[in-house]
Amino acid sequence: MFGQQVANGITLGVTYGLLALGYTMVYGVLKFINFAHGDVFMVGAYVGIMLAPLLMAKLYWVMPAVMLATAAIGVVVEKAAYSRLRKAKRLNVMISAIGISIILQNIILRTAGPATARFPQLMEMQNIVLGRVVLTSYQLVIFGTAIVLLIALQALVYRTKIGIAMRAASEDLETASLMGVDTNRLISMTFAIGSGLAGAASVLVGMYFNAVFPFMGLSGGIKAFVAAVVGGIGSIPGAVLGGLVMGISEVMAVAYLSSSYRDAVAFVLLIGVLFLRPSGLLGVQTKSKM
Amino acid sequence: MERYVLLLVNLIGINVIRAIGLHIITGLTGQFSLGHASFAAIGAYTAAILSLNARVPFFMALPAAGLAAAVVGWGVAFSSTRFKGDYLALVTLGFGEIVRVILLNLKITNGAYGLAGIPQETTIPVIGLIVVLGILISYALERSYVGRAMCAVRDDEEAAEALGVYLSYHKQLSFVLGTFLAGLAGGLYAHYLTYINPQDFGMFRSVEILLYIILGGMGQLWGAILGAVVLTLLPEVLRGFSDYRMIVYGAFLVLVIVYRPEGILGPRGSAGLARWWERLSGRPVSRAGRKAWQED
Repeated sequence: MFGQQVANGITLGVTYGLLALGYTMVYGVLKFINFAHGDVFMVGAYVGIMLAPLLMAKLYWVMPAVMLATAAIGVVVEKAAYSRLRKAKRLNVMISAIGISIILQNIILRTAGPATARFPQLMEMQNIVLGRVVLTSYQLVIFGTAIVLLIALQALVYRTKIGIAMRAASEDLETASLMGVDTNRLISMTFAIGSGLAGAASVLVGMYFNAVFPFMGLSGGIKAFVAAVVGGIGSIPGAVLGGLVMGISEVMAVAYLSSSYRDAVAFVLLIGVLFLRPSGLLGVQTKSKM
Repeated sequence: MERYVLLLVNLIGINVIRAIGLHIITGLTGQFSLGHASFAAIGAYTAAILSLNARVPFFMALPAAGLAAAVVGWGVAFSSTRFKGDYLALVTLGFGEIVRVILLNLKITNGAYGLAGIPQETTIPVIGLIVVLGILISYALERSYVGRAMCAVRDDEEAAEALGVYLSYHKQLSFVLGTFLAGLAGGLYAHYLTYINPQDFGMFRSVEILLYIILGGMGQLWGAILGAVVLTLLPEVLRGFSDYRMIVYGAFLVLVIVYRPEGILGPRGSAGLARWWERLSGRPVSRAGRKAWQED
């Protein structure tokens, strides 16, 4: 029973983690809460529903296609709503993000309707029994995908030129631009990567929970951001750790306390962690981020 | 039609009171709160429960609503001495969500069904009186040492402290005053609509109140009021777009911020408005609070 709950918690936590990465990366570079990120994730799920029949409903086609689509949406949103606000106060940029979030939700509400949609089954469902824990093939795919994406992201951030630029920009955007970093291109890259990861998360969540609805980005997004803060905003391993802590504690709260307090768990956790460690679990007190 | 106009006028008044409350916390003192609606919830439920269960008359239930919210606000204010900026925003947001979940699960609040049959006592003169009260509080602050100290905390916390401003006192005072107004607004809301439920005070409500003060022009009392009026009327004005009105609403937010990053009453706009008022009244206008709100 307990082992099963841990497994389910990790599954949920990994998806929070993938979503949290987008928040943490944008926050690292631009220092504002990208409220529209959760809605990009939601649009990704609908794109998945739309593309699945065209791509023979195969996971290995649908997932990259959705990731490309959400990456494109992320870049377009950044160009349209944030790029002109580089010098504006961060709080005001957040208002623009809220505007975009409302627009995306309502476009989907108008085109797909308010009802909960089913997500196409992109692979066969099998149960794998490991002792007393039963894992579904979906859960294994979620773990596998997350591990591959994380290794790729870690390699990108620590082994490539664009990763160096990203880390420099998250320490100080202005100085980075003086050192020859094309900050506009870098910010577009950051949004593309973050939104692409949200796209991956949307396919995984769609498959696992088989329920897609226009407001799924709202609560999921806020919780993912809270996960990023719990882990230490700006830190990539922190986002993943925060997601896992969040997912496991949410599943545990539902299993052992009461499902009606499920949504409060995230915030109790947040306030508790911030009181003990103001910069999050893996955050550093210095200014360096990511 | 008359009822509809009346409803709108009442809602505008209530939202203006909420906006003035947040203006004191965020606009003047720079404490970024994303839980303002939950203080209105505390006020609304206090007033409603007092009226329904204890038959307390409205003129006593309403101040009790304000006081209840202010007491809780004072408690939350302690966290503002520990958290700054976005972290405080998240803590207040988390606080708001916790309040909502608690309201959904308590017996006395009747859970998700909410409280119905609250006596309708709120009238336009009462709302007007409290709007005036809010404006007076904000004006008195802007013209006094306390308000200027709050602005100093907002502009640069460390510099203010170095100059002898008692940080936690001013932060807590701003929370107490702001949440007191939010509680009053909540009490008025409950006694106007006669029905409340926890979803009326969710996270999006808090975000909406923050939109009022930013869109109007951060740090400016009249900006907060203007923002509340415009954003309460906007969805009604957009009824012509029927199904697409929320898309237009979102686009409006983005366009205003992209073209007027300082809000509708930008720094120049406010100076222009002040000049116009000075010409009209022949009196100079206070300068505190006009300086654009600066973070970090």
